[in-house]
Formats: sequence, structure tokens, C-alpha cells
Amino acid sequence: MERKGAQIVWEVLTQEGVEVVFGYPGGAILPTYDAMLDYPVRHVLVRHEQGAAHMADGYARASGRVGVAMATSGPGATNLVTGIATAMMDSSPIVCITGQVPSTAIGSDAFQETDVTGVTLPITKHNYLVTDVEEIGPTMREAFYVARSGRPGPVLVDISKDAQIASIEYVPADAPERLPGYRPDLRALPEEYEHALELIEEAERPIILAGHGVMMSGAMQILIDFAEKTQIPVTTTLLGLGGIPASHPLNQGMMGMHGESWVNHAIQEADLLLAFGMRFDDRVTGNLKTYAVNAKKIHIDIDPTEIDKNVRVDVGIVGDLRETLEILLPQLTQKEHTAWLEHIDELRGDSAVRDIQSLPDTGALYAAHVINDIWRITEGKPIIVTDVGQHQMWEAQYFKHEKPFTLITSGGLGTMGFGLPAAIGVRFAKPEDEVWAIVGDGGFQMTQAELSTCAQEGIKINVAIINNGFLGMVRQWQEFFYGRRYAATPMLSPDFVKLADAHGLLGLRVEERGQVEDAVRRAQQEPGTVIIDFRVVQEDSVYPMVPAGADLDAMIRRPSSIVETAEDELVGGGR
Amino acid sequence: MTDNGRNPLREGIHTFVVYVEDKPGVLNRVASLFRRRAFNIESLAVGPTDRPGISRMTIAVKTDDVVARRVEANLYKLVNVLRVENVTHLPTVMRDLALIKVKADSSTRAQVLQMCDVFRARAVDVTPDSLIVEITGTEEKIESLCEVLRPFGILEMVRTGRVAMTRGSDVPSTNPEFVAARVPNGSAS
Repeated sequence: MERKGAQIVWEVLTQEGVEVVFGYPGGAILPTYDAMLDYPVRHVLVRHEQGAAHMADGYARASGRVGVAMATSGPGATNLVTGIATAMMDSSPIVCITGQVPSTAIGSDAFQETDVTGVTLPITKHNYLVTDVEEIGPTMREAFYVARSGRPGPVLVDISKDAQIASIEYVPADAPERLPGYRPDLRALPEEYEHALELIEEAERPIILAGHGVMMSGAMQILIDFAEKTQIPVTTTLLGLGGIPASHPLNQGMMGMHGESWVNHAIQEADLLLAFGMRFDDRVTGNLKTYAVNAKKIHIDIDPTEIDKNVRVDVGIVGDLRETLEILLPQLTQKEHTAWLEHIDELRGDSAVRDIQSLPDTGALYAAHVINDIWRITEGKPIIVTDVGQHQMWEAQYFKHEKPFTLITSGGLGTMGFGLPAAIGVRFAKPEDEVWAIVGDGGFQMTQAELSTCAQEGIKINVAIINNGFLGMVRQWQEFFYGRRYAATPMLSPDFVKLADAHGLLGLRVEERGQVEDAVRRAQQEPGTVIIDFRVVQEDSVYPMVPAGADLDAMIRRPSSIVETAEDELVGGGR
Repeated sequence: MTDNGRNPLREGIHTFVVYVEDKPGVLNRVASLFRRRAFNIESLAVGPTDRPGISRMTIAVKTDDVVARRVEANLYKLVNVLRVENVTHLPTVMRDLALIKVKADSSTRAQVLQMCDVFRARAVDVTPDSLIVEITGTEEKIESLCEVLRPFGILEMVRTGRVAMTRGSDVPSTNPEFVAARVPNGSAS
């Protein structure tokens, strides 16, 4: 059948089962937009191309399928960049399709010409410039395959306008025809397994560091089986939350800069780290020179470049985590680590008292209370999408994720503005689920234009703005490390209730803790998108905190004056 | 120190033979990788192979064994890279080619040519006041020749960078099933 290049784009998209494309039209992609009308794919018109990339990313993370974003050349393509880099850092499979000026004009600084394959080279898993209509089909198929296989990641396909317009005889094909150098299925050397088994058998104080790879490889159940059989405690990274139920008795909670204090201490005291699908980011290791110095280290990751990158390991196993654990688990003997587990319990110390949830109710609205209340009121059922900053860390601490893929957050790149558009993407991936975007007043304003997208598409998400009138995490650093000199962190926001109203959406304001439950329930009942403006305590900080570059167990704890007050109150309260 | 007397953390020049698809932008991808990961390229030589569509690069990198393994893994990660071989510790023929334009008039020409003879270098162009000398060999040999020619006045020089080929008739598989996740010889312990 004869097809134009523009039609071939949609032929492949529909063949790949793509239901929705997030995009923004323009000159160089016009032929492809024209062809779109004849194919059964929903298009979501974004308000800025960054939103399109984040939506595709949110869609991909929630569905496990490839998300698709589309933009025109030049500024359309460059606006995708932040979203592509976000997807790259968090291994999210997206395909970005951009129009390019006609091939005859490439290199002439034509109107809206940008070398987008050059720009995105370091932030894509792979990218393509297509100037020949014959190449569109095979390249598009390859793009999907590369994006989702191995360690997933973003792939960009830049198609010149003349290639979109030209016609050929199109023959659909199934698999990517030619990728001789691509090896998503690399395996470890067999002796690595032996060595790993020995170390696990010998360890007395082992701890599992469970990352994003647990969910990406579908290793949730075998991780639990592994931990239970060996009685090894589990801690997770930020992106690993949900990989093991929060309530599982062996799950100790999150590690790292704002991780649980006992977890960071346990890692430092461990004699064996089992790193499962995580990459020893500086936010989880702190000072590398003093990181878990007494521990042997086993690192299982699908990406060989991660082994020995940040932390030198004793055993590096390259491969799919689930398949690797399936090989290791039957060869391990049943274990008890009673003394070690008891010791970790002791490491909790006065953490429960220092916990903000233990503080007396002064009537003040704390962000951590809001997030914990949302968890309680919604029974932990929604998919939560966060932005980046203090609210993100409080979410990680106080929203207990029992199920995988229920927290969507920008970890590696830490992209403010991610929350709202990613939540829109999640909405399309999970039409039946309740979706909450928990965002700060700063990050929300970076991409709040996407509220118009919610209104135009008639979709329902709940947006909880944790509004403290500051760029809170930056303010916290200024408080701790810059003598409370608040340079450019106080932030004025619009009236978010009126903003919602201007979009024909419901806006609510909450200023006291007693109003939280009503507002959350009201939001759940409203058919359209709702914004709740939570006016929280302005200068609260996230505890504990490992200062950047400090030793992992050198944590700043919640000030003792508050703790003492709390202890007095608790004692006075009839204990 | 480990067995074989090698220290994995000692810096040295590592030589990689890299087969890549001959496609636009592949050299850029390789160069971008080295820049982005802050791997230090000493030299890079690229040219066609006997197989159509496949180019061969020889890349020399100054680094230790642990980082060298990461260089190898990162190269493999590039979709257009077909095979990577770290030939540093293998019996290998390594050669560099240089063209050196050196001042030589009737009074010094004979002397210059005599030096070239010692190094088995050849004069490939002669003008009344200069010579172009071609030399092939290891970097050390070329540098030694430069040393002795410098007093006469080197006007211009160009070098190809190191190219390498392992000795013997073994041809490694083009699509390895395994990838080393660690430097061999237990160096991580």
C-alpha cells in the first residue's frame, strides 16, 4: 500500500499499540499532524512541549509501556529537552518524534531549524535523524524497541518535512530489522554468581538496597521471597518505593539524604550490601570515602556501565534483576539474622519521638501532616505523582506505598515542574485509578499552564499544592548552610483557588488541619480536576538530612527543643 | 597489587579497538561519550575495514584498569558500536604514522637523511630548503626521531594516532555473550 512518510509514522504508532500522543503542532511536523486525523490515536494538546515529554514519561512509568511525545522543529524540539533528560536519568521509556526542516535546508540555519539530534545526544538512549521516507518505518520500530528493552530510556526520532511528505510502497514489519550492535540482554560471567552466593552465605549483617530496577524488571515478588528466605532487611531508594510493601516487616524504609536514620546507620554498619537495580546515586551514598566501608558489596544491574561507577563492588552481576534473583534464590539456604534485625530496631532510638507525627497538635498545618492525612483518608489507594522538593521528601516519608508503580517522581534529574504534566500522563495510563499530584507552590508554577490541558481534555486529577510561600528545599539549605540568608526563595503565588476557577475547575483552600479531611473528600467526589491550596507552616524542614557530601550517618535531626516539648506533652498526656 | 603483578589503580595508556557501524554521527557519539564521562582520550584513529559498512577505531585512553572497564562498557552501550576490545594487556602490534616537514638545505640535507636512515624513516618530498619525512612505528620511536630532527628545525608535523592489532590468528567473536562486570584478577577486593 502506498503511504506518505507522515502516515507511516502513525502506521507504526498504531502497530505499537499507542493509544495517546502528547504533543504540540508546528510547521515542520504539520504533515504528520495532518495524517493523524485518519488514525485512531488520541492526541493531547499540551501548553508547552516540556509538558508533552513529562506526560509521556508519566504515562510510561505508570503503564510500563512506551510513552510518546510529538513536537515541531526548533523551539518545539528544544522545549522537550528537560523532559527527555528527566526520562533519561530515571530510565523511563519514551519516544519523542520531532519535525525537522526539509533535508535540503538542513545546515542552512533555516527558520526553526535546530540540530536536535546533536542537542539530545547525551540525554537520549539513542536518537535518529531521518531524511529518507524509506527509513521512517524501520527507524520508528527500532525507536520503540530500543526505548523499552534493556535499561529503558528516551529515544528521539527527528524527521525532515520532505520525508514526511514523500510517498513509498509501505510494507508493515514486526521486529526491528537491523540493530547489530545493540545488546539489551547482556549476561554476567558465571563465576560472579558463585562469588555472590558465598558472600550472602557468610554475611552476618547484610542489607538489601532495592532500587527502581525491582519494578522495572518485575522482581517485586521474588524480592520478597529472597528477603524472607534469607531474613535480610530491605531498604529502598526513592524510586524503589513501592517495590516492596511499606508494611512488610523486613522493609526498613528509605535510605539516603532524607532516608530513615536507622536505615542509614544500618547501611554504615552492614557487612554486606546487596544492591538490586539501583545505581549508588550521591543522594543515597553521601560521602563515598566513608560509605559502608566494612561491607562487601554485590551489585546487580542490567546496565554494565553502572558496575564500579560510584562504588567499587566485590561482585558485579550484569543482567535482569528478576532473572538473576531466580538463579540465585534456589541456591541459597534458609537464614536467620535475628540479632542484626533486633539491632536495627534498636537503631531506631528516639526516632518515633522525633517524628513530626508525634508532635502535639498546635493547630499549625504541617506539610507532613497534610501528606500523611491524604494517605490515611484515601487509604493509600491513589497513584501519587510528586514534583521536586520538600513535599517530595515528605511524600516519600509519610505516604506509605504498599503497591508498585504508585509513586511517580523525578528522582535523578530532580525536575521541578514534573508533577502536574506527569500526573496527566498517569491519568491516561491508568484511567480507573485515583491520581493525586502532590506539588510545591514553586514547581507547580513552572508548568501550571497544563491546567488548561486538564480542562480541555476533561480529565480528572487531584492537585495538592503544599504551599509554604518559599522554594522550600532551597530555603532549608539556606537555613542550614547559608546562615538563613534567604536569597530569592520567598515566593509569591497567585490565588490558586481563583486560578482553578479561571480554568473552570474547583479550587479549595485549607489553612487548618481540621479542614484537610473535608477538602480531600470533596476533591475525590468532584468529577473534574481539583486544586487544593494547602497553606502550610512556612519554615519547616525535612528531617533527617545528610548534608550533601557528608558521611551517610552524619544526619541533621529534628531539633531537640521540639523533641523535648513533644516528650513533655507525650508524658503529660497520660502515658 | 594483584596477581600478574598488575595494579588496577595504576594509570597507564589503555588501547581499545572498536568496531562501529559506518553511519553519520557515530564518531560524534563516541567523542561525546568520552567528553561526557570525562574519560581522557590520548588519541583516536578511525578508518574503514575490509567489511563494507563497518569502521574501525583505535582509541588510546589514559586511565586505570577500573575506569578502563567502564570505558569498555560505556562504548558497548552505544547502539552503533559492534565490538570493543581492550587490547592493552594482549600481545599487540601498535603503530603510529607521522609526516614531519623539517628544514634541510644543501648543507644539512645529508645529515637529516642519515638520521632518518637510522630510524628507518623515508623522505617522501624534497624541496631546496625542506624535506618531508614519513615514519611508522611506536609513539616512542616517533618521538625519538622528532628529538633528533628538532635541532634542524621542524616546520610542520602530522600524526595519525595509534592504530593497533592483536597478534595471532584468533579473531574474537563479533557479538560477545558475556560482559565483564569487574576488572579481572579480583582487583576489586
